[in-house]
Amino acid sequence: MFSTIVSQVINGLQSGSIYALVALGYSMVYGIILLLNFAHGDIIMVGAYVVWYSMSNLGLHPVVSMLLAIIACTLLGMLIEKLAYTPLRSAPRLSLLITAIGVSFLLENGFQLIFGAGAQTVPTLVSGPSLSLGSVTVSFPAMLTLVVSILSMAALTFLVQKTKLGKAMRAVSEDMGAAQLMGISLNRTISFTFAVGSALAGIGSVLYLCAYPQASPTMGSMLGLKAFVAAVLGGIGSIPGAMVGGFAIGLAEALVSAAGLSVWKDGVVFAILIVVLLVKPTGLLGKPIVEKV
Amino acid sequence: MSVSKRRAILSMPARYAINGVLMILLVVCLQALTASGALTGYYTKILILVGINIILAVSLNVATGYLGQLPLGHAGFMAVGGYTSGIFLKSVDVGQASGGQYVFYVIAAIVLSGIVAAVFGILIGIPALRLKGDYLAIITLGFGEIIRVVITNIDSVLGFDFTYGASGLKRIPKVTNVLNVALCIILTCLVIHMVMKSRHGRAILSIRENEIAAESCGVNTTYYKVMAFTISAFFAGVAGCLYAGNLGSLQPGGFGFMKSIEILVMVVLGGMGSMLGSILSAGVLTVLPEALRGFSEYRMVVYSAVLILMMIFKPTGLLGDYDFSLSRILERIGIGRKPQKKEAAK
Repeated sequence: MFSTIVSQVINGLQSGSIYALVALGYSMVYGIILLLNFAHGDIIMVGAYVVWYSMSNLGLHPVVSMLLAIIACTLLGMLIEKLAYTPLRSAPRLSLLITAIGVSFLLENGFQLIFGAGAQTVPTLVSGPSLSLGSVTVSFPAMLTLVVSILSMAALTFLVQKTKLGKAMRAVSEDMGAAQLMGISLNRTISFTFAVGSALAGIGSVLYLCAYPQASPTMGSMLGLKAFVAAVLGGIGSIPGAMVGGFAIGLAEALVSAAGLSVWKDGVVFAILIVVLLVKPTGLLGKPIVEKV
Repeated sequence: MSVSKRRAILSMPARYAINGVLMILLVVCLQALTASGALTGYYTKILILVGINIILAVSLNVATGYLGQLPLGHAGFMAVGGYTSGIFLKSVDVGQASGGQYVFYVIAAIVLSGIVAAVFGILIGIPALRLKGDYLAIITLGFGEIIRVVITNIDSVLGFDFTYGASGLKRIPKVTNVLNVALCIILTCLVIHMVMKSRHGRAILSIRENEIAAESCGVNTTYYKVMAFTISAFFAGVAGCLYAGNLGSLQPGGFGFMKSIEILVMVVLGGMGSMLGSILSAGVLTVLPEALRGFSEYRMVVYSAVLILMMIFKPTGLLGDYDFSLSRILERIGIGRKPQKKEAAK
């Protein structure tokens, strides 16, 4: 009994760290241009297809294809921002949101058209010794996922808090107009935010493939939605919040599965979302938004 | 504006009479076409689909176009309506009912599914509408997904077959025909039109234009938001009922996020806030994939591309908030009572 719970908790931490990585992208983009980037989940899907294609069809080494996937995700995120969101920067929020949904559906259906609706099996990416702690064994991918995601989060925190670009990002999210007056290039900062967020999604995508080696056109939508729930739970716009939220959602899912109710998993995640939005819409670590006339 | 002051004016009873006669003509024409056999099964099927999509688009337009919010769970309300009517029609065994009783059961199913969906609309609307913008979109999306998960898994909790889970509710009596779809469209458009032209409708529009200003003018924003949302849910439920009666079987997978987006595309393409736009684009977007068979696999790709391009180049949709008014055209060409000199001078 105890070992089941511990292994479920480890599963939860593993999927939670993937959620956290994806949630960071949502949170950063929302913090800077107040856009709920629906296409973020589908960037993960594109990353998974890049890994699959470069390994199965081009025969590249797993590490090379993983790096390729992360680079492709980064470029894709910037491209989406340039093509779809930049023309709408002064448009109403509703238009921006509908565009984001459009981009998400374009990616999903485009990939379905090219590669078919079925799932593609990705060859094993990493293998290594698993760690056994008494009666509980921790698989190598789980350890790798935890380590890589914690390292990426540390790198992100450093980037945002200590570098000049990070300072620019924080300034733009605080007050876009004032930041521009201080000589910060809006376009560059926003592009950079999308690039960082998408790179994290790319890392998330690779880690996801280590755990579930399949790529399908719709894999990103549910993963993206849950990561979004994680971002809202932690407080959207807040970077530590997204990390906390991601782990919380992952653990909640694992515990629901451990209780033998895995068919209700999705329902529970959305129920968490609704409860959070009703009780504390700013999330656990978010700042309250003051409405100005 | 001296010209418009001297323009002819049609009195309200005359307007209602003209529109009423036209509606009756439409129904009689459809009935005659069906009875004469000019409408084959295939065309009937498409007409019914167009009709259902028109009701869905017009009802979503209340929440998106008129209220200015973005609910993403419209398919959830449709699912509630569909399952309500499916379970009701199966339990009363409508196939065995005689003439008058049959009509009563069909009307009861339509009204019941609308009411149940509206109750869900109120339940979801009251908490959801405290939020705005993106949060509202995401919470309605969450509710839509929860409705789907519940429909899929409720049987194992109840312990008996209620929605038949993922395998779907089958052998629903096929009660939908061209006539009742046409009547439902007319009633939907009429009710929504009348609400929107009333003071309640103006209150809803004022929320879209500026919520804070509306509130400071004494508009009870929460009340009107929930009202618009409930109307929207009611007619989505009606559409769900017609959908169930048309297909004869329901699967929870058919009411996902994808379906909600499909309806949203119709509203956005036609023009947010234009009933005519919703009707036209629902018609075109239903007929087009049928007409171009080879096109159907590109359908969703084209839909999403249209959505993006539309937002970038013409965010108000093809028709904006233009709405067709027969009376206005008649008045323009001078039919109707000329106002008296004194009246015109005012």
